[in-house]
Amino acid sequence: MSNKPLTLAEKVWNNHLVARGENGSPDLLYIDLHLVHEVTSPQAFDGLRLAGRPVRRPDLTIATEDHNTPTWNIDKPIADPTSRTQIQTLRNNAAEFGIRIHSLGDVNQGIVHVVGPQLGLTMPGITVVCGDSHTSTHGAFGALAMGIGTSEVEHVLATQTLPLKPFKTMAINVDGVLRPGVTAKDIILAIIAKIGTGGGQGYVLEYRGSAIRALSMEARMTICNMSIEAGARAGMVAPDQITYDYLAGRPHAPEGSDWADAVAYWNTLPSDEGAVYDAEVHLDANTLDPFVTWGTNPGQGVSLLDTVPNPADIADPNERAAAERALEYMDLVAGTPMKQIAVDTVFLGSCTNSRIEDLRAAASIIKGKTKAEGVRMLVVPGSAKVRLEAEAEGLDKVFKEFGAEWRFAGCSMCLGMNPDQLAPGERAASTSNRNFEGRQGKGARTHLVSPLVAAATAIRGTLSSPSDLLDGADSNAGVN
Amino acid sequence: MQKFEVFSGVAVPLRRSNVDTDQIIPAVYLKRITKTGFEDALFAAWRGDAEFILNQPAYAGAEVLIAGPDFGTGSSREHAVWALCDYGFKAVFSSKFADIFRGNAGKQGLVAGVISDEDTEKLWAAIEANPGSQVEVNLVDRTATIGSLTVTFEIDDYTRWRLLEGLDDIGLTLRDEQAIVDFEAKRESWRPKTLPAKGV
Ligand code: SF4
Repeated sequence: MSNKPLTLAEKVWNNHLVARGENGSPDLLYIDLHLVHEVTSPQAFDGLRLAGRPVRRPDLTIATEDHNTPTWNIDKPIADPTSRTQIQTLRNNAAEFGIRIHSLGDVNQGIVHVVGPQLGLTMPGITVVCGDSHTSTHGAFGALAMGIGTSEVEHVLATQTLPLKPFKTMAINVDGVLRPGVTAKDIILAIIAKIGTGGGQGYVLEYRGSAIRALSMEARMTICNMSIEAGARAGMVAPDQITYDYLAGRPHAPEGSDWADAVAYWNTLPSDEGAVYDAEVHLDANTLDPFVTWGTNPGQGVSLLDTVPNPADIADPNERAAAERALEYMDLVAGTPMKQIAVDTVFLGSCTNSRIEDLRAAASIIKGKTKAEGVRMLVVPGSAKVRLEAEAEGLDKVFKEFGAEWRFAGCSMCLGMNPDQLAPGERAASTSNRNFEGRQGKGARTHLVSPLVAAATAIRGTLSSPSDLLDGADSNAGVN
Repeated sequence: MQKFEVFSGVAVPLRRSNVDTDQIIPAVYLKRITKTGFEDALFAAWRGDAEFILNQPAYAGAEVLIAGPDFGTGSSREHAVWALCDYGFKAVFSSKFADIFRGNAGKQGLVAGVISDEDTEKLWAAIEANPGSQVEVNLVDRTATIGSLTVTFEIDDYTRWRLLEGLDDIGLTLRDEQAIVDFEAKRESWRPKTLPAKGV
């Protein structure tokens, strides 16, 4: 072994090498944890059946129902036949192949990326895969976590390994102190606006710097979650005491001497002094404002204090054309202050922002306030457990008194595979991660925002930050 | 996956270029949850037309498709390959394939051979002169033969080797099974285990 300084991602990669690829063929990596949901798994299980192969490690595999699940009347049969079939198929496959499943009604049912960390299964220095692009979420623990396709799901089920091509590394340094009202979501939206939706292609991103170190685990998950929106293979944050404290005592966290062994190993994971990244990006946390999107990809974002950009000012012809098309779809006029954009719906949920801290943050803003007339607000906890936790704290009452709909757990309006959709032309402030055309419903218009901005927007009816709620603070001057 | 060396079957000339995956299998069929049973979905939009080449009796049971350039472009859906395989195709020839389609084909054991535009024309002419004739596909020599006409096709060495050995991705990995077993033996006990279930 050479003593070349290594990055966090390289260390985790090397630690999972089953076979090194020769002559340009991929490396074979061991997979510590495989998360499964109903949408991308049916054909993978069918493939196993056709080939007569078992699941190699049911004890490293776990399934939950999330994309198709209804968020109310969960005790009734699912109305949509496709959704019902996908969920029933997952249940049958789990039973046939001996896989643990958390079904609708179970306390650990919920969005797959909320459930893994909640159970303490997601931990530093492991490899995590799931047939879902937002698997990058788990990188917040210092795990190498990647989204995979259905044939790869079958491959992992059969072999617990995955052939993977080497990646490049990018350091994203975020230094400074966030101003009040500015959160992890604003950091990641600003990063994607800066490097573009293809800026991370081929890279594993490592988020570093004082502003990242100061974030809670759930905030780090928000950041890693959207790595894929920058085109990256994965996103990671080095583990530290905050990570260990969050993990300790969770159902599947290591215990006793295992915990001591694990921490000893985890302490070796942070990137070495002098480790070389293939690319580096810097972001100043001190000057960051709440960030929102105006267009139809997550890179089309600006400060909330800014205006809708003018495509004519964009030099790159492709980006200019994309901006023109986005403004038309979004029905926005260049130069309009972002704060004047009125919304119909506010969606608080998705694997980006549906954990207990997100619900607490939004509840703290709306408590005792009245919802803007005509605005509908949906609050969808990330898991049944988060929902119970919120109810134990009385957050459900805060939301209900405010006039928001308090729903059951699932992906919900993040992608509208269940009945939670926007009508054509409707506009939403959404704490999710994708503002693609039609993502939240045919013809629907999405502005990606943080939970704090979502809450303030629900009160004022137009895109707003909590500072806008202060007396007389109706101007565009950000309040610290 | 079955080993593929030399194979003969009825060849069908598809005189169309830019056949994208939406034409191979329309999106409505993607809702299914199985990996098989897509034979009815193949070229669904064209199959309703009695004149469509696959509907002609001479080409019943066709197993080799000879298509125009840019076959398999568009969406990356693996269903396109599943549908071709389910219908019974063992090999597809074109002067140009979309990369993703070619990758997916190799994974499922479908030969995707690249032939020149000139040879495409020759094969089409030979088949049309004698509809229902058999073509012999020889993966060892990388040739396709109809009667006295033999053309060579390209397929990358790695994919060819896998097809000759009958190895799908999983089969390939399982050749390293001992390395996986050795790795698992060293796996530390602190690493996550979903079973026995806790926290329920
Ligand atoms: S919440 Fe949205 S982004 Fe996350 S897993 Fe569900 S559908 Fe995908």
